[in-house]
Amino acid sequence: MTKEQQHIEDIQTIKEMMSKSTQFMSLSGISGILAGMYALVAAYFAYSSIYSNQTYLAYRKADITSESITSLVLIAMVTLILSIGSGVFFSGRKAKRNNETLWNEQAKRLLINLAIPLATGGLLCLILLAKGFVGIVAPLTLIFYGLALVNASKYTLTEVRGLGILEIALGLIAMQFMGYGLLFWAIGFGILHIIYGISMYLKHGA
Amino acid sequence: MVLLKNFDKAFENKVRLGIMSALMVNESLDFTHLKELLNVTDGNLASHMKTLEQNEYVSFSKEFAGRKPKTKYSATNNGKAAFRKHLQALEELFN
Repeated sequence: MTKEQQHIEDIQTIKEMMSKSTQFMSLSGISGILAGMYALVAAYFAYSSIYSNQTYLAYRKADITSESITSLVLIAMVTLILSIGSGVFFSGRKAKRNNETLWNEQAKRLLINLAIPLATGGLLCLILLAKGFVGIVAPLTLIFYGLALVNASKYTLTEVRGLGILEIALGLIAMQFMGYGLLFWAIGFGILHIIYGISMYLKHGA
Repeated sequence: MVLLKNFDKAFENKVRLGIMSALMVNESLDFTHLKELLNVTDGNLASHMKTLEQNEYVSFSKEFAGRKPKTKYSATNNGKAAFRKHLQALEELFN
């Protein structure tokens, strides 16, 4: 090995160690794609529970009763659990393949930084729901999810930042076109996740 | 190759270079975490740590996480300056 080759390798070692020690690289693209698909299925079920018992000759009317709220919350919970479950499963598999552990210092940092804006938004939405402001909850969840992603992106794959910015923009648009919350939800949590999952899969594998 | 005099002997080894790179961007890292990052054995990491300690490039503190002792390492100001100088020497080679 020539001296020059060795120096190039040294620089690569430095770069690799600096990113590996600060960023969680095992985030799985497949789990992003799956989360997107769950969200689309969930949006379909949510749609049918809100817009059930309609006469198709009249204008559609969103019918949010305490019964449909219960089924909406149930749909949301199942989607969330499935998404987190496949995220943990596929990221764990990817970590194993990269000879890393899933639960390391980088993963902790990522989750804490994701959780602060996300929990804030979640609590705010619950308070608003309890006070009857149903309409702004859908756009707000997109905005806070986007902020959480932007905040957490420093500690993982760079694509996450772009996804976060798009979610924020989508949330703001949704705030302007209130009443289409479910549609924007399906785009933000469904289609965007699928697109970003595919691009992460192609760029970083698995 | 006049520039080579700026190269730091302490960083000629890949493991030591890796340790310092990680400590440049983290306030502190514990022994097990470093071992995992570098994919080296206990003995290997310990001996390279010793070299860096002797150069006063890293400092350590012992903590207890429950009952388990934990050794946390961080780069000293001395070590950070030396690493920057080494990096600069590397950069100049390619300019």
